[in-house]
Amino acid sequence: MIQAIAFYLFASVVIASAVMVILARNPVHSVLWLILAFFNAAGLMVLVGAEFIAMLLVIVYVGAVAVLFLFVVMMLDIDFAAMRAGFVRNFPLGILIAAILLAELMLAVGAYGAGGVDLGQSDGTAVAGLGQSNIEAIGALLYGRYILLFEIAGIILLVAMIGAIVLTHRQPKPGARGRQDIGKQISRRPDEATVMKNPETGQGVKL
Amino acid sequence: MNDLIGVEHYLVVGAILFVLGVLGIFLNRKNVIVILMAVELILLAVNINLVAFSAALNDLTGQIFAMLVLTVAAGEAAIGLAILVIYFRGRGTIAVDDVNRMKG
Repeated sequence: MIQAIAFYLFASVVIASAVMVILARNPVHSVLWLILAFFNAAGLMVLVGAEFIAMLLVIVYVGAVAVLFLFVVMMLDIDFAAMRAGFVRNFPLGILIAAILLAELMLAVGAYGAGGVDLGQSDGTAVAGLGQSNIEAIGALLYGRYILLFEIAGIILLVAMIGAIVLTHRQPKPGARGRQDIGKQISRRPDEATVMKNPETGQGVKL
Repeated sequence: MNDLIGVEHYLVVGAILFVLGVLGIFLNRKNVIVILMAVELILLAVNINLVAFSAALNDLTGQIFAMLVLTVAAGEAAIGLAILVIYFRGRGTIAVDDVNRMKG
């Protein structure tokens, strides 16, 4: 019973906040609603025992992606009111397509509930062992059978990181203040940087 | 999952989230940032479906795949927002209607 209450709570909040994401006038509010949606989706996943994915959702989406969105929304100085001009015009078409899509998906869910198409059972090789927690089981699978996919995911993240840095990096103007010229610094030799003088007493040194 | 809440309940939530994401793309045709957020909603719906089936079929592969979807979503957000930032620097606007430099 408590599971059903928790499910309906999480599900209704996640759907309501998704509605607010696409309807909010201010994109900052959209991002905040998105964070609420992610938290409640994580709750839905905890309910079925997928704790690791739930924690990942909170850490990656809320901790990284949502904050990235927030930064960009606040960094860009845009007149968001003008951006909503086409909202009413696009509304009927959007609702029509959404209704068709939702009807199709509900048909698919209904067909699955009525027995579905039998594509065979799980082969039992990716089942959590007895007494094994969700994280242990995922770790064994991820670093064993799916090690290649794991490495590819790492490469994808590396490419995304390098791409984002390369795209947004601005080369500072040469000669700007506070700019180091590494090549000039390491090609400097002691004999051209220092001079030896042997001044007379009381004469001082002229550089 | 117990007998009150079945996998179909999760599928319905995933379907509604997916449709809301698509609707968001249609409603906010001018604002790239909200479009990107709608794409994140779609990927979240995919993750909910993967995790629900993973739990229903007692097969952890679905959760591994959900992690890969998460990876792609993070990379997509990073690259998309980077493109947005350099576009805004060059043009001073991110309205989708004005993006016609390539005459596509």
